[in-house]
Amino acid sequence: MTHTAETLHTVTLTVNGAERSAQCTARWSLADFLRHELGLTGTHLGCEHGVCGACTVLVDGKSVRGCLMMAVQANGAEVRTIEGLARDDGPLSALQKAFADHHAVQCGFCTPGILMTLVEVLGDTPDIDEREMREALSGNICRCTGYQNIVDAAMAAAKACR
Amino acid sequence: MTANREIAVGQEVIGQSVPRLEDAALLRGKARFLDDLHAPGQLHAAFLRSPVAHAHLRSVDTSVSRAMPGVRAVLTLSDLRPSLTADRIPLQFRNNGLPEAITPFVLANTELLFVGEAIAIVVADSRAEAEDAVDAITLDLEDLPPVADVRDGLATTAPRACLDRANTYRDFELSYGDADSAFGDAPCTFQLSIKQHRGAAHPIEGRGILAVPDPLQDRLKVWSSTQLSHEARYFLSLMLGLDETQIDVAVPDVGGGFGAKYLVYPEEIAVAAAARQLGQPVKWVEDRREHFLSAIQERDQYWTIEVAADTDGRLLAIRGQMIHDAGAYIPQGINLAYNAATALPGPYVLPAYQLSVTVAATNKVPTIPVRGAGYPEGTFAMERALDGIAERLKLDRAEVRRRNLIPGDKMPYKTPMVSRSGAAIVYDSGDFPAIFAQALEAVDYPGFEARRTAAAAKGRRLGLGVGCGIKGTGRGPYESATVRVGRSGQVTVHTGAMPMGQGVKTVLAQVCAEQLGLAATDIKVICGDTTTVPVGLGGFASRQTVVAGSSVFRAASDVRQQILVAAAALLETDIDQITLNGGFVACPGTNCRFSLRDVAEIAAGSPGYALPPGVWPGLEATVNHIPEGLTYGMGAHAVEVEIDTDTGLVTLLRYVVVNDCGRAINPKLVIGQLHGAVVHGIGNALFEFMGFDAQAQPTTTTFADYLLPTAPEIPRIEAIIAEYPTPTNPLGVKGVGESGCLPVAAVIMSAIEQAAGLRYGQLCSIPLAPPDLIAALDAARG
Repeated sequence: MTHTAETLHTVTLTVNGAERSAQCTARWSLADFLRHELGLTGTHLGCEHGVCGACTVLVDGKSVRGCLMMAVQANGAEVRTIEGLARDDGPLSALQKAFADHHAVQCGFCTPGILMTLVEVLGDTPDIDEREMREALSGNICRCTGYQNIVDAAMAAAKACR
Repeated sequence: MTANREIAVGQEVIGQSVPRLEDAALLRGKARFLDDLHAPGQLHAAFLRSPVAHAHLRSVDTSVSRAMPGVRAVLTLSDLRPSLTADRIPLQFRNNGLPEAITPFVLANTELLFVGEAIAIVVADSRAEAEDAVDAITLDLEDLPPVADVRDGLATTAPRACLDRANTYRDFELSYGDADSAFGDAPCTFQLSIKQHRGAAHPIEGRGILAVPDPLQDRLKVWSSTQLSHEARYFLSLMLGLDETQIDVAVPDVGGGFGAKYLVYPEEIAVAAAARQLGQPVKWVEDRREHFLSAIQERDQYWTIEVAADTDGRLLAIRGQMIHDAGAYIPQGINLAYNAATALPGPYVLPAYQLSVTVAATNKVPTIPVRGAGYPEGTFAMERALDGIAERLKLDRAEVRRRNLIPGDKMPYKTPMVSRSGAAIVYDSGDFPAIFAQALEAVDYPGFEARRTAAAAKGRRLGLGVGCGIKGTGRGPYESATVRVGRSGQVTVHTGAMPMGQGVKTVLAQVCAEQLGLAATDIKVICGDTTTVPVGLGGFASRQTVVAGSSVFRAASDVRQQILVAAAALLETDIDQITLNGGFVACPGTNCRFSLRDVAEIAAGSPGYALPPGVWPGLEATVNHIPEGLTYGMGAHAVEVEIDTDTGLVTLLRYVVVNDCGRAINPKLVIGQLHGAVVHGIGNALFEFMGFDAQAQPTTTTFADYLLPTAPEIPRIEAIIAEYPTPTNPLGVKGVGESGCLPVAAVIMSAIEQAAGLRYGQLCSIPLAPPDLIAALDAARG
């Protein structure tokens, strides 16, 4: 609910392949819009200043900090979030399954941002090596896992996709 | 109580790295964390926080803020008082010999004591509107001098951090043996001045609470991202003047805790009180800046110790002082300082020890345990002492440790110390020299000199550090578990244990499943819901696998027996003829079998018919296991580093950790805990510094300023599980959530010293940043 004095903008975009439309004021971030207007709470907010990476989503194929992008900027865009990686009633994607197999998830709060970052990384650099993988993940902070299982899962997924 | 492994016929679940029950929802983005919850009609809270570290709060003008769009209420302490029984939160751990009036206020009273202290709560239709209104509140403050450094606060001329009380909260001394006489004729003595700074917890999900009042029944439902739901219910009932039965606390998925959520915060009480006053749900989700300002952290400890050793490098005594920065209030107790002091002897033979500890105030946010809980600090002091001995006696650093480690045949080893409760600290099991040897072998300690010289020939400066630590785990006094087979045959575990990412539901499901001949995925585990389990303590101190695990084991064993008795009636045979496997009771050699549902039907009874002999109503057991003391898991670590003498950069090349977990219920999860804890230790060693200026203003309030380790900084970690089952619980398990933190900073410093050609034991201030290493190199050259 927002005060009537602030202008409401209609934001229409494609999220995980489905067209969605909702209203928000100009100051809503894309992350908040996805979470609270569209009910897609899989994208998480860890810092709201663009460092931790938990809010990372794909906008027109590129990884973006959902906390730093305004919802109105995503009008007309194609957005992918964690909820789009597998159908609700379908099996996990190879990447998600690699995470489960390698115990790359502990609390899971950073996981959505890491998965979406990896979707882009694996798409751009399918034959990435471990050092490059760690660099590619340098914009995602995890406090639980110590990263090793995440890196191993990502490398396994890269191999599976090759 | 001896370790008792009852293995269900044909099914061994304990010891398997079964996939986590938690993962599917988390991976699909379908988990529900606090901010994902939505109560119809919910309002949002934001807090006005003190902009200064110390001031008289003369007045708060909320008139403009109250009139702003979307604002429903702007409340200060005096506005909340009608809903509160007290101004201050009760002390979490009682009996600490602490003065009165040291716990935080629900909202600031007349004197502001730290930057970030909550002064007013704004409740509005949206968080954005609440924050707008926060900015419109004006304060009339009269600045007071702040205590920014805990040592300065101890001077007789120092200003008071809080005008009503002296800066020293408590002095205490730990001592055993005759340290002074040991120093009298010790051949090797030296002093170390150690500064240890550990930062904040920083779970990626911050704190949050959703309070949903039910005015019709005068009840309150609270969802909280917390590590202690039963305590939260109790504190809420105390502070709001309600009976515990009027409050329910439930926990959503929790995105990490690390100690920051092991406290009932003023903000939570304020939100709950505001919700009751307004008669509407109120949600508060902290942002990262609030976590930097007002979530608990660890901070500074200053150790000045003298070390005495014989000519073989064996410890004779350690004595000294430690000053601990507790911050502006004490919400919990002196446990952090006490743990650090008792942790110093570690897994070593220390004949005499004397440490005077001063727990004192600063005008900074309160400090309570973060993952490791004071044990890293005590461990660092001891490990630096051992390296100091190696330096002065020109002994190999690993050899010094070998000579001082408690021998394997001395278990159980009663140390001369006592825990906070007064019980003796007894190391129950483990072979410390063997664990240490395992780490040395894994890192190829003997081969390092060749690696080092080969690298040096190429201009690379390598170093290797080794060290040990030991953590008491499984802290009591109890944890709760109810195991129930419902009438549908569904098995449920209700427990006061609390999840925050470690996979506790999976582990408890495994323990239960093995007793009942099921798979872990057959078990539903519900944690921390006060509506389903009446008592509980929660997640802290590496305790849940030990204590909740034991409760579940014993309750599930009891239920197993009940199932067999009821099955005997169904199958019309003797109990010892019956197998329980895959959800069925059966009599081998016959076609007869019944499902758990059938068995539950028998135990549910039917009017007009007696229950079969020996069968009790329902298939359920509740056990609140009381552990006998702590169980100790020792760890040995080794790290190889490379330094750049031009930039001071330290690169970690590889890391080895061997840790005794007693018995691994789920080996993959144990390894995961070791990885995470080691990386937390790396953060404390090299990166995490929570800065304050001379006015006690926080200067690092974003992740750009406060550095958490990221993937490129972390080397491959070779984590090796050692298993020395403890006789002190039926599973033989030891906790492992924090152990991996303990000697990390020390082994890294030792490795850097070797790489840099510095004296061992010299680097005694952590975290060590590149300029600090450059300064040490310059000083050594000059």
